[in-house]
Amino acid sequence: MLNTDLLRKDFPILDRQTAGGARVIYLDSTATSQKPLAVIEAMNEFYRRSNANIHRGVHTLAEEATALYEGAREKIARFIHADSAKEIIYTRNTTESINLVAYTWGRANLEKGDLVILTEMEHHSNLVPWHMLERERGIRLEFIPVTDDGLLDLDAYRALLDQSPKLVSFTHMSNVLGTVNPAAEIISLAHAAGAVTLLDGAQSVPHFSVDVRALDVDFLAFSGHKMCGPTGIGILYGKAALLEAMPPFLGGGDMIKTVHLRSFVPNSLPHKYEAGTPAIAEAIGLGAAVDYLTSIGMDAIAAHEHEITEYALERLEEIPGVTVFGPSAQHKGGVTAFTLEGVHPHDVAQILDGKGIAVRAGHHCAQPLHEKFGITATTRASFYLYNVKEEVDLLVEGLYHVKKVFG
Amino acid sequence: MDDLYREQIIERYKTPLYRGHLDPHDIYFEDDNPLCGDHIEITIRVGEDGVIKEAAFDGKGCAISQASADLLIESIIGKPLEEVKRLNKQDVLDMLGIDLGPVRLKCALLSLKVLKAGVYGLGEASDALVE
Repeated sequence: MLNTDLLRKDFPILDRQTAGGARVIYLDSTATSQKPLAVIEAMNEFYRRSNANIHRGVHTLAEEATALYEGAREKIARFIHADSAKEIIYTRNTTESINLVAYTWGRANLEKGDLVILTEMEHHSNLVPWHMLERERGIRLEFIPVTDDGLLDLDAYRALLDQSPKLVSFTHMSNVLGTVNPAAEIISLAHAAGAVTLLDGAQSVPHFSVDVRALDVDFLAFSGHKMCGPTGIGILYGKAALLEAMPPFLGGGDMIKTVHLRSFVPNSLPHKYEAGTPAIAEAIGLGAAVDYLTSIGMDAIAAHEHEITEYALERLEEIPGVTVFGPSAQHKGGVTAFTLEGVHPHDVAQILDGKGIAVRAGHHCAQPLHEKFGITATTRASFYLYNVKEEVDLLVEGLYHVKKVFG
Repeated sequence: MDDLYREQIIERYKTPLYRGHLDPHDIYFEDDNPLCGDHIEITIRVGEDGVIKEAAFDGKGCAISQASADLLIESIIGKPLEEVKRLNKQDVLDMLGIDLGPVRLKCALLSLKVLKAGVYGLGEASDALVE
């Protein structure tokens, strides 16, 4: 069990009050997580003490900045059990990581008629880059269906694999249903069919241990800001052989070995994909976030979230008029999306905000999934290491208040 | 924050007075708020003197978007189109009697946007209409 009393002190924002005077109850970590002092301080310390551009210049500050930036990369590589830090590409976020694969690997390897398999539960970030390639190249998209209880239909997936897909790109954990997909199985089936695999780890890497070697995944995309790190920094992991073979992404400084007036030679990994001055302080902040999560323990975090989610499902389902979407707690991470009969999710969220409770309302960048369930929007409460059961109780109390307002 | 959900707004949301679809009509327009999937359509009958004789809205969405549509329709019946063209953001906020943050403002102003796009006979609704 996590010592949440102690741990919550690491997050200064959890002490603040909202406009109405209530203490903030933050149930929106799926959108972005809060940041512990260790992360905030690591970034401040960099700007106070070591700020300089990286990979340029031999002065003390430049050396320090480069060591901190590359040190963070090593930490991130260890965190996801990558073979080497050169397989860790800094991007802005999950979206940019997926776009990088679509622009480089996709354009080098996908031709008209080639099949890419996605799922019906994808975030827009793992749909639109492929829609764009569909328009540009005429690739084909097929989707693993979602069952009524919020799981992927693996029989349908096996049938799709007979059509020799080039790529299977899917979310490790749905940001709406909370479904944790059987990634190892999906990946090994894809490989057997000769496909490359991309895993959207935006919701998984922050919440449980993800081991890229055990999964044997080819690409993994995730964001820093959902895992206690800052915004503006994300990661693309790729197997070295794939990254070596792909053409570069953005062109400019740092991604080159040599440049002549009419030609250039790209840099070696990982710098080949990092053009221009990157988010240095943010990368260092993400390194600090990885240290922080590791010190708490990913297994302990996952167990804690599971307990809260189980409790939340139990409490939400006892409220008349509430429908929770997604599978049972056994297949689910710390995300509960629900509707309350007769009240629009925006109104639910707004009234809860009056009690200091931060939840998200809308389609959560997963419009096709909402269409599938015949709804336009849901209210979503999500949990992270700093949430406690008392906050679930306050959420439930808040929902009864919403019902009263709408009489 | 519960001020947003004053009795009038909840009442108008639950039992709107002007929900419907006029057929035939002289003016028709519809639009969505892509952020939350709110949808509003407006139908209007105009007299030869350019005065609005009847008007109705239909749609779905949050209490703010639906209640503001109902109040807006009520306010334009009997008014010349030229006057409706001059309606702005503040007029809607005055009808609702509340202050709104930037996100919810879009909900409140969707119906005005649809109304003005229809009255001006535009191809598409733009946010500039409700500045």
